[in-house]
Amino acid sequence: MDVLTKVPVREQEAAVRAKNFDEVCLGYNKEEAMEEASRCINCKNAQCIKGCPVAIDIPAFIEQVKAGNIERAYQIISQSSALPAVCGRVCPQESQCEGKCIRGIKGDPVSIGKLERFVADWARENNIKPEPAKEKNGKKVAVIGSGPAGLTCAGDLARLGYDVTIFEALHEAGGVLVYGIPEFRLPKEEVVAKEIANVESLGVKIEKNVIIGKSITIDELIEEEGYEAVFIGSGAGLPKFMGIPGENANGVFSANEYLTRSNLMKAFDEDSNTPIMRGKKVAVVGGGNVAMDAARTALRLGAEVHIVYRRSEEELPARVEEVHHAKEEGIIFDLLTNPTEILEDENNWVRGMKCIKMELGEPDASGRRRPVEIPNSEFEMELDTVIMSLGTSPNPLISSTTEGLETNKWKCIVADEEFGRTSKEGVFAGGDAVTGAATVILAMGAGKAAAKGIHNYLSTQATK
Amino acid sequence: MGALCIKEMKKGMVKQRMYKILEAKELTTNIYLMVVEAPRVAKNCQPGQFVIVRMDKDGERIPLTICDYDREKGTITIVFQTVGAETARMQALKSGDSFHDFVGPLGCASEMVSEDQDKLAKKKILFVAGGVGTAPVYPQVKWLHNQGIAADVIVGAKNHDLLILEKEMEAVAGNLYITTDDGSYGRKGMVTQTIQELVDEGKKYDLCIAIGPMIMMKFVCKLTKELGIPTIVSLNPIMVDGTGMCGACRVTVGDKVKFACVDGPEFDGHLVNFDEAMKRQQIYKTAEGRAMLKVQEGDTHHGGCGQCGGEN
Repeated sequence: MDVLTKVPVREQEAAVRAKNFDEVCLGYNKEEAMEEASRCINCKNAQCIKGCPVAIDIPAFIEQVKAGNIERAYQIISQSSALPAVCGRVCPQESQCEGKCIRGIKGDPVSIGKLERFVADWARENNIKPEPAKEKNGKKVAVIGSGPAGLTCAGDLARLGYDVTIFEALHEAGGVLVYGIPEFRLPKEEVVAKEIANVESLGVKIEKNVIIGKSITIDELIEEEGYEAVFIGSGAGLPKFMGIPGENANGVFSANEYLTRSNLMKAFDEDSNTPIMRGKKVAVVGGGNVAMDAARTALRLGAEVHIVYRRSEEELPARVEEVHHAKEEGIIFDLLTNPTEILEDENNWVRGMKCIKMELGEPDASGRRRPVEIPNSEFEMELDTVIMSLGTSPNPLISSTTEGLETNKWKCIVADEEFGRTSKEGVFAGGDAVTGAATVILAMGAGKAAAKGIHNYLSTQATK
Repeated sequence: MGALCIKEMKKGMVKQRMYKILEAKELTTNIYLMVVEAPRVAKNCQPGQFVIVRMDKDGERIPLTICDYDREKGTITIVFQTVGAETARMQALKSGDSFHDFVGPLGCASEMVSEDQDKLAKKKILFVAGGVGTAPVYPQVKWLHNQGIAADVIVGAKNHDLLILEKEMEAVAGNLYITTDDGSYGRKGMVTQTIQELVDEGKKYDLCIAIGPMIMMKFVCKLTKELGIPTIVSLNPIMVDGTGMCGACRVTVGDKVKFACVDGPEFDGHLVNFDEAMKRQQIYKTAEGRAMLKVQEGDTHHGGCGQCGGEN
């Protein structure tokens, strides 16, 4: 065995998976996991832990995998993460734990993500649950939103003995894990639902179909329903559009709508009661992970799919692995290209898109080279569907109905990083609602910080 | 892992509360009324708002207007017309059954709810309801009635059989004018004709609130613009989540793009681009037609209908 090279992970063949919604990556088996674990040199001053937003004791769990004690490995991860099977699949490990791995200096870093996934999957298959709190303290905490931030915050508080209720606006728990990330990257029933059930097994209650700010306000939760602290993890759900002509034509969708129909409402299944547009030629505008998800979904629904992105490949915000998978499956990348108008037929249906070629100029405020239009380079693409994947912003439903809750100019809730404290006493926040659209694991880190903040707050309250 | 732990686990897995149907009846052909237990919605809803329902675990999310609410009993009354496969499935629900999901209140309350009461009392308001649009008009007229304000109401229906909520409306409206397209009951003709006649008789209105089919609202707005009566309409476009997330319900109002679910559903009718809104309602027509045929004909349908794209 070559210690410089990671044990390769098995995947579905690109040509096969382009036609189904089954998971792309098949994961390690126990032998492969133990072999990969043996590449970890168990650094004393482990850098990988510093790269993990929820600070999993990575060398300790890998040590257990190496020895074949998978259950022990699972309990170590569970101390820090409520959603290991999710994180093992969707975390950008290359820029976090694995990015810091000493092995990576000369050769491949240890496949920490794939090992985490293996441990979590093994625990699920063997019906191992996280250990719940030994004693309850009876204090009620409300968590708004059942996405990664809310589930993490709720799980940590339940483990500390709090009586936690999560309020979810949709009919299903999971937030972006169920409406945003597709089945082929993150299986819903097998993985997401089971991890949520694990959080529930810690004593967390989930009340669905409640829209905070509409069904009930935060002040009512505190004053009428006896919650002593509130965590807001409501995410960044509002889609952005470009504001170009033709954007309201039939066949133009936000990535949110397209993915919600396919993922949450299962519209990819022909028998679903919810329809989805099965286009023949689709352009996805944008270059992030959500754009890749939308593109790969459209491909699986039978379309020829183009990613239209105004900068070059180097600037694509999506994970390298996602771009690689998308290319393998046959997604066409039209880079340095920017839409200027969506063309419609006489019945308001999309018939094409006018674009202009771009080149990279001087770096802008983000440090990336600014895309500049090349004069007289306009051209038309023939299309029947356009999916706008330009990012999202926080929903103002909560901030606009909660007095004393400060927001910034992007409508994000202002909260400190250390404990998630907001400008309103007893109210904490974290995840995309605070940062704007980011990653699952960063939201989990924020949920964790807020759980600490809430615990501190309610502990000192008690001694007053 | 003691007994406590098992109990806690069970508690955590308690099934989601169901939304029980206390009353279900067919008001007229294809229009149904249901009274549903939904205490959280009933506690905070206002006229003008709506709910989203899902009949079972595989159901589509269907936005429906609130026809009435009882805060003490914790119930919401919904009225819907079977227009597609999903509502056709929903009509089979009986008293004692439950909705799997029932969420709200969604959207903004009608402007009048937050308006200065003295100013509002001085306004002469005309409601124009068309077909099943009578249902969302009712709570607004009732709300005004409870504030001691009598509003005039025009209700339009295709024919006498399709007229709904006449008695209820009569109890809360100032003057109630009923008109049917075929003249089988009340006046004969479209609602716009009645508006014109009332104005010709010398009636003056400061505000018109029109709710009904998109095409009706379009023509009401065309007329009230000429007559100089500010008009509010309530839109019911395609939507998925109803909280601002999907953007399916976007509509052009003046020179701005608005989301009906969070910015509406009520808008200044003189600024709404109805032609675009009507075309946007057609997006899933083919898919919906196919689903509808599946419900009506089961496996016996094999294409040829021009709708479904099936064989031949």
